[in-house]
Amino acid sequence: MALDRLFRRRRTRGGGRDVPELWLKCPSCEAQIYKKDLEADLMVCPECGHHFRLGVEERVRQLADEGSFEPTTGAVRPTDPLRFTDTEPYTERLARYQQETGRPDAIYGGTCTVGGVPTLLLAMDYAFAGGSMGSVVGEEIARGAELAAEEGRALVIVAASGGARMQEAALSLMQMAKTTMALDRLWEKRLPYVSILTDPTTGGVTASFAALADVILAEPGALIGFAGPRVIKQTIRQDLPEGFQRSEFLLRHGMLDRVVERRELRATLAHVLRLLHPEGGASDAARV
Amino acid sequence: MPLEFEQPILELEARIRELRDYAEAGGVDLSDEIGLLEQKLERLQRETFANLTRWQRVQLARAPGRPTTLDVVERVFDDFIELHGDRAFADDPAIVAGLARFRGRSVVVVGHQKGKTTKENIHRNFGMPHPEGYRKAMRMMDMADRFGFPLISLIDTPGAYPGVSAEERGQAWVIAQSIQRMGRLRVPALAIILGEGGSGGALAIGVGNRVLIMENAWYSVISPESCAAILWRDAAQAEQAAEALRLTAHDLKELGVVDRVVPEPGGGAHRNPEGAMDALAEALAKELAELEPLSPEELLADRYRRFREMGAVEIV
Ligand SMILES: [Zn+2]
Repeated sequence: MALDRLFRRRRTRGGGRDVPELWLKCPSCEAQIYKKDLEADLMVCPECGHHFRLGVEERVRQLADEGSFEPTTGAVRPTDPLRFTDTEPYTERLARYQQETGRPDAIYGGTCTVGGVPTLLLAMDYAFAGGSMGSVVGEEIARGAELAAEEGRALVIVAASGGARMQEAALSLMQMAKTTMALDRLWEKRLPYVSILTDPTTGGVTASFAALADVILAEPGALIGFAGPRVIKQTIRQDLPEGFQRSEFLLRHGMLDRVVERRELRATLAHVLRLLHPEGGASDAARV
Repeated sequence: MPLEFEQPILELEARIRELRDYAEAGGVDLSDEIGLLEQKLERLQRETFANLTRWQRVQLARAPGRPTTLDVVERVFDDFIELHGDRAFADDPAIVAGLARFRGRSVVVVGHQKGKTTKENIHRNFGMPHPEGYRKAMRMMDMADRFGFPLISLIDTPGAYPGVSAEERGQAWVIAQSIQRMGRLRVPALAIILGEGGSGGALAIGVGNRVLIMENAWYSVISPESCAAILWRDAAQAEQAAEALRLTAHDLKELGVVDRVVPEPGGGAHRNPEGAMDALAEALAKELAELEPLSPEELLADRYRRFREMGAVEIV
């Protein structure tokens, strides 16, 4: 349902992207924030702490040890197995997102170290079709898990997704099983898997690999759940409780290990990986 | 309530019945006329069912009278005993589970359960499970592994329940766990889509070594109505969405999502549930016979391979 919002916004948004916006309005407290200040604060509102959505490259920059990142994604490209057309052919949607993001599909990542621990880091790209999981996202995650297992790396996946990609129908549904089962390559080698849930993480992504990590962290205030709030509201015909399906709600209900502010995320991730990874003790020395 | 496209078939059947009654009561011989009409009926049925749209198949998949999990349990299996509860919170009537025998061997059966009446459907939540339903399913998977019995799952759900309580109790988490648990089974796992295969709520018990589907069932990532509401902004475009989603048994066989389509008798399973269930029993027996010689390791590898290959990508 987050997809829905994304499509609508894209349709109504006009041009004028060449002019850099210097000020941004916080969607939570409505404060006008100078963009440079926001960037310096890791895209967290200095007034209310609202966590803005992050681009995938910025996400990788914030989490990987400096200079350690080598991309592994990008060689897997989407096709249109169903020749799907709704109000627009799937191939045209794909081409537009590819042009806008410069990437073949909704995932980006590679090898790096985090706090010295060898890691395979993947980030889902909400800007690409609402971060939806089709065959490419599924394949990159399966490859990521297999490569991490082969090279003795921890796996870290930053989720940001409206769920499965409708335009790949049953094939996107199957990615839930594929990604879930691929995680077992890590289990066999006692390699850790940490899932970081960001706004939003819903549908088939939550209901597969994202919920199955050894440690699940979430950014504050992120929408996380199975069904989208709109669908639930339609089903029960009642208003939803305050804070429903937000990170803090999920922590209270026992679904997450910790809600972590973005400025603490790298340190918390490194802390967990050092304790879980078989070579984590060695990187204690390199700790800063 | 018959489906719209069934109407001409039902009318012709009624006429044949009338003629028969009339001939019997009056002692007249109308066998030629009846014979002709019967031929016509057979032709009409064949033509109607050969040209079904995807949306018509979706309607067949939901038709009242189609075999449900409990019907299959009754006809296809022997000595079924239902087992209840998730050992944590509640018993979910939207999923039934238990032990049974299938042609002499013990099996574990788990499946979504829809009701046949409105009252029953409310009790069964229209076959839409809560987290406790999936936890019950996982309990049954544990039991299958513990005793080395095959797991047979029967899928018939519009989807997992989208509600506040379900979210509070971790709907996404249990679906993910159930997919994982089923993927880890060390025994043969057969999944059959009986009617509706709605999204993650269906896949949660759909990680079989072999996945079978009844001829008029559907299986996809979203229902045609919800897909239409999102992509077309109009739930009334469900017919178009059903076409685009390619969600019929034959589509899914082509896409490699299912391994075998179980043929339904003429007119669909709701008109002849016994015939449909007998065809299902035969298909089950064949698939099980192929899986039973495999070792636990081979079964695991087989299932991983099956799902690892799913999808359509291009490598550059
Ligand atoms: Zn703010």
